[in-house]
Amino acid sequence: MISIFYKEITAFFSSLTGYISIIIFLLISGLFLWVLSDTSIINYNYASIGQLFTIAPLVFLFLIPAITMNTFSEEKQQGTLELLATKPLTDWQIVGGKYLATIGLIVLAILPTLVYYYSVVQLGSPKGNIDSGGAIGSYIGLIFLGAIFASIGLWMSSLTSNQVVAFIVTAFFCFFFYFAFSFFSELPIFYGKIDAAIRSIGIEYHYENISKGRIDTRDIIYFISMIFLFLWLTYVSLNRRKW
Amino acid sequence: MTKLYGDQRAIDNISFEAKEGQITGLVGPNGAGKSTTMKILTCYMPADSGQATVCGHDVVHQDLKIKSLIGYLPEHNPLYKSMYVQEYLSFIARVHGLSDIRTKVVDAVSSVGLTKEKHKKISALSKGYRQRVGIAQAIIHNPKVLILDEPISGLDPNQIQEIRDLILSLKKDKTIIFSSHILQEVESICDKIIILNEGKIVADDQLSILNENAGTETIVELELLNQMNEKYLMDIDQTMQISSNNSKNFLIKLASGRDIREDIFDAVVSQNNKILSMTMQKSNLENVFKSVTKESSN
Repeated sequence: MISIFYKEITAFFSSLTGYISIIIFLLISGLFLWVLSDTSIINYNYASIGQLFTIAPLVFLFLIPAITMNTFSEEKQQGTLELLATKPLTDWQIVGGKYLATIGLIVLAILPTLVYYYSVVQLGSPKGNIDSGGAIGSYIGLIFLGAIFASIGLWMSSLTSNQVVAFIVTAFFCFFFYFAFSFFSELPIFYGKIDAAIRSIGIEYHYENISKGRIDTRDIIYFISMIFLFLWLTYVSLNRRKW
Repeated sequence: MTKLYGDQRAIDNISFEAKEGQITGLVGPNGAGKSTTMKILTCYMPADSGQATVCGHDVVHQDLKIKSLIGYLPEHNPLYKSMYVQEYLSFIARVHGLSDIRTKVVDAVSSVGLTKEKHKKISALSKGYRQRVGIAQAIIHNPKVLILDEPISGLDPNQIQEIRDLILSLKKDKTIIFSSHILQEVESICDKIIILNEGKIVADDQLSILNENAGTETIVELELLNQMNEKYLMDIDQTMQISSNNSKNFLIKLASGRDIREDIFDAVVSQNNKILSMTMQKSNLENVFKSVTKESSN
């Protein structure tokens, strides 16, 4: 698994994928947070980096599909998947190695935003007047959010050898799982009956919960089980060759 | 083993054995089931029925063990083209969990003759060199079994010779299975040949036996100085078929496979005639290939 992880990370940073993803993420979040007047922290007048965690999921919606789109589809297209599958590796090791590498890249993209946090701490009046609990919860939530998106991306990539298809379908599914259930829950036929249950299927509900700084085991269990569901589906899709 | 793709039988109830120290060639027209057979042996996918073992291990239940024992070069030689040769081989060595990766890579690189190219990107290499990288990744862990799917298709004649020599040099203490749809490639290096057609084995034998069986018919071409009546030749064997258009050039066919050149010589000399040329056509493996693959198709 480590060998696959290492190979994937090297691939991210020997092609432009790794750098571009990190730069674009920081550029967009930086613009919204500090420059554009509508969303800028400077104009907001509150010492909070909450804006970051509203924008980041939107950026992830297209950034993560772009990172994951060629994890398996390129290997399928080039035939290298056959090479990996006939090496002494289990399919779980292949999936796990690639998944951890993707998570690694996402974490590397998120890490520099700690600078924003530090800046807001310094700008606060009095200095350090910031909801640290909320920020920690939000960071954990954001990493989990990225982790679910990445697992969806891996699954889609394992289903097709066409990278563009993998990108579009992943973006759609991420969007669907993030927003759609909150929207459905407000439809008149569900509202007031099972709206809470429907909302809790979506990612947004749990992400917002955890962003408040309230790290609830129910949310953690939700995130982890979603991740394993999609990784398992990826494993199944790799295993289809044996059917 | 049998493997189905939908309703189509990719391989149909085949059974064979490859021995250590020998090169076994899998030959057959395109779509005969060669690659499918190899994919099963390398644990890429299981057969629908039947059993395959590599070094005594079952391909379904002990796949990890087998995968560490075999070196496999898949068809079309898939490679990570954005990697450097050395980087790629180090990755493969790590996947195999080898210790002392650096020396293993150096050994593999030098045994396939890539020392000069090892710092190049794989995408910058020519096809012949890429093929060597493919073989290098297959032999880096010194496998007991080497499975090469069409290793020399699409190479130029010099490259073919080089890859051929390379495979021959690996033959000692390894079991090598090698596939090709071009017969000459196989004929020149294999000890044993298995001819596949439409998923079935149509011939499976040592090369020498196959060659012997191939030549059941003797064909002799004869050119004489002066004209001679056919009947003197017919005296040698009444079952002979003789065709000639000018009583000087003869084409003699004999179904029994007996070498009749001495008898022809004597017959011609006894008529005070002289032989300008006489050649016996050896029915080669190609004819066997043609005849068995046609027979089973019909």
